Amino acid sequence: MPLKLSVNGGVRTVDVPPDTPLLWVLRDVLDLKGTKYGCGIGVCGACTVLVDGKAVRSCMIHAGSVTGAITTIEGLSADGSHPVQQVWEALDVPQCGYCHPGQILAAAALLNRTPHPTDADIDTAMNGNLCRCGTYPRIRQAIHQAAEAAHKG
Amino acid sequence: MNSIENLDRRSFLKITSLAGGALALGLYEWPRAFAQGSRKPPAFASVAFVRIDPSGVVTLMAKNPELGQGVKTMLPMLIAEELDVDWKDVRIEQAGLDEEVFGQQTVGGSTATPINWDPLRRVGAAYRQMLITAAAQTWGVPESECTTDRGKVLHTKSNRQATYGELAQKAAAVPPPELKSVTLKNPKDYRIIGKSQLGVDNHAIVTGKPVFGIDFTLPGMLNAVIQKCPVFGGKVKSANTEEVGKLPGVHQVLIIEGTLSTEPVAPWEPGMEPGVAILADTWWQAQSARKSLKVEWDYGRGASQSSGDYAKRTAELLKSPPANPIRSYGDSDAALKSAAKVVEAVYAYPFLAHGTLEPQDTTASYSGGKLEIWTGSQYPGAGRELLAHALGMDRADIQIHLRRTGGGFGRRITNEYAVEAAWLSKQVGKPVKLIWSREDDFSHDTYRPGGTIGLKGGLDAGGKIVAWSQHLVTYGEGKKAVSNGDIGGDQFPAGRVANYSLGTSTMPLWLRCGALRAPGDNAFAFVHQSFLDELAAAAGRDLLDLQLEILDATPEAGTKVDPNDRDALNPERMKGVLELVAEKSGWRNRKKSPGRGMGLGAHFCHYGYFAMVAEVSVDGSNRVTVEHVWAAGDIGSQIINPRAAESLVNGGIIEGMSHMQQEITLSDGHVDQTNYHQHPMLRIHQAPVIEVFWRKSDFAPTGLGEPALPPILPAVANAIFAATGKRVRTLPLKRSGFSFA
Repeated sequence: MPLKLSVNGGVRTVDVPPDTPLLWVLRDVLDLKGTKYGCGIGVCGACTVLVDGKAVRSCMIHAGSVTGAITTIEGLSADGSHPVQQVWEALDVPQCGYCHPGQILAAAALLNRTPHPTDADIDTAMNGNLCRCGTYPRIRQAIHQAAEAAHKG
Repeated sequence: MNSIENLDRRSFLKITSLAGGALALGLYEWPRAFAQGSRKPPAFASVAFVRIDPSGVVTLMAKNPELGQGVKTMLPMLIAEELDVDWKDVRIEQAGLDEEVFGQQTVGGSTATPINWDPLRRVGAAYRQMLITAAAQTWGVPESECTTDRGKVLHTKSNRQATYGELAQKAAAVPPPELKSVTLKNPKDYRIIGKSQLGVDNHAIVTGKPVFGIDFTLPGMLNAVIQKCPVFGGKVKSANTEEVGKLPGVHQVLIIEGTLSTEPVAPWEPGMEPGVAILADTWWQAQSARKSLKVEWDYGRGASQSSGDYAKRTAELLKSPPANPIRSYGDSDAALKSAAKVVEAVYAYPFLAHGTLEPQDTTASYSGGKLEIWTGSQYPGAGRELLAHALGMDRADIQIHLRRTGGGFGRRITNEYAVEAAWLSKQVGKPVKLIWSREDDFSHDTYRPGGTIGLKGGLDAGGKIVAWSQHLVTYGEGKKAVSNGDIGGDQFPAGRVANYSLGTSTMPLWLRCGALRAPGDNAFAFVHQSFLDELAAAAGRDLLDLQLEILDATPEAGTKVDPNDRDALNPERMKGVLELVAEKSGWRNRKKSPGRGMGLGAHFCHYGYFAMVAEVSVDGSNRVTVEHVWAAGDIGSQIINPRAAESLVNGGIIEGMSHMQQEITLSDGHVDQTNYHQHPMLRIHQAPVIEVFWRKSDFAPTGLGEPALPPILPAVANAIFAATGKRVRTLPLKRSGFSFA
């Protein structure tokens, strides 16, 4: 029986077994390749998406169990204009770039609930997202700057 | 199409008019590496390619694969600077593999900067000169009166100007100048080099565009996984292929016999491993079908290998002198006997996996005797050779498209995943995308080989080192070590301390090993710089003073000392970064307090010099927080892209800290670690504050991928000693009783 998913503001119908991980539905059925496969067991954060504004690991949730509104990196903004995306680009945060869709969504979720995060807030919110290249200092700087930018409006 | 060539001994420029009024200039070189081989060399190899469109847009080809090291941005900056164009008018295209056109396209050894620094700037300057000539001829004025400014040629006297786009066609008739004769800018006039330019793919990355290898798809392709034997090289005796073939979405289940080498020491690229391939409509279907797959394996000769046994055998070997002498001078045995003080220590470092965040993947399409590949690779040229060999094809029939890839670190030097995808595509007659699962990646990596080093150091009554003896127990057969498991006779402080001896002993290993960022150096810096700290402590001296004393010593015979040989340690440059990091970190005035300490480490490799100081705090449960790291580097006269450079140094430090808490171990030939939770990468809350300082020197710029990693390991280990009085001699940290908080 086809599933209905709310993805990036639209309703998408997919015909997959309900226990298919959301990650693979996004990537291979809906062709939203921005969400990345890293570990498949929820420890690296590369597959992070937002469900109702909260960061979740899409490799760990079954597509059939998702009832909320899903936002992937492609849907965070139409053109990369979300403050987190803009700061990420301007501060030259990525190296290889593979983890950054997940990092950006985790950061966006943090700023949704904590508009002015401390370093400790950032540590707590972001320590599920691995960066193999070691861009953590830039990620920290970018989140602070995005928070300031949002505050200035 | 019109082309003019200008030979300049080994290299020449070639200008080509393209359709639509564009003009391209390429720099070509005799490909020496090819010429030495048995194969017929290609005509010439291009090392740069510049196209100017009538609109004035300049397109530069990024020839090297991009895996996060920033070359796709940095190399074109060199051309654009000397061409004198606005960076915003520059477009960058990723070149596919075509070494006959683009020259060597490899990533490794921090070589992109040193190889390209001079020729790419000269190409830009030559092109600029040709555009000036074209303008001067058009206006009937002397070239010497013409200048350029951001994509325009100017003649100030007559108040005339023309854009490069307008001049491009005219410039096609200008003979390219001698490369050696072109005038390069004075670095003080740089507008692009030395100014931070953003990564050219940043926007694509932050908006989730499908730029990576894993994102590529072809119509009608099948998705594949390969179940390999948990023991390296094990073969399939039988498998329930028929049953698995009936699972949802599964098209085919194939047994791979493999073409694995039978040599005693597994080579760099040992051939295709055996296994069972499952090909399905979607990757998740293929991956899910593995749960029903039952394979009876012939584990083969790797089945008895266990880390515990290797540790015992290592301890035995260290009781005897090394089987293979590498370097010795003076008489270390006698000097140790007569030394005022002798320090002995055994250091050990484990096997490590790469764990690139993008797992290994390739899309392949084999059809009508031709093969197309979409992959991420550090050595695509070697990959094509391997593909040609494995599939019995002519290399001319293989086309490789280079995709951005989620990290390399040495893992994408070997191209076995590309061979697997290609072989599968040929078997099934359809395009195939192969993705290794994370578990596949951890269990079948090209591991950084582990090793154990027994050291003895002698001090005289004045605290000077008078003997150094060292025995590396590594893996291999006889004198032949596994890939990246050997050691050279020029590892600091070799050649700069008296009465030195270095040798190795080997233990047989049937496992694939390979390069990991700063290969060799990522282990040896930890061992040597930590042991120097032990000697300094035993002598009651400061490690900085001891290092400076060694660097001032007259080198022993057989030590490379030429300051113009960038492979040879230049003591002045090393002293420079040591003094700089000491100054910035307040090393000389550091305070000692229980549970808090500072440590120093320095290393020279891949033409670069780095010294680092780490400050740590250690709690009552031996949990270590690296609070602050000061890093000083000397990679020559110019930091080409400063923010990107700083980011690479951060990355080297954070990866080095990751190495301190990771290990790969074997039980009955099985790799014990399956995923990141058992091979932990540093997380954001563990990342220290990092400050990076540059010492500019009069040498041509060199690379950063590797030299910024090794010193952090001993800096942290020595800081732990300063804080606790306990030595970290065995990595990972947990095997010395510590962990990162």
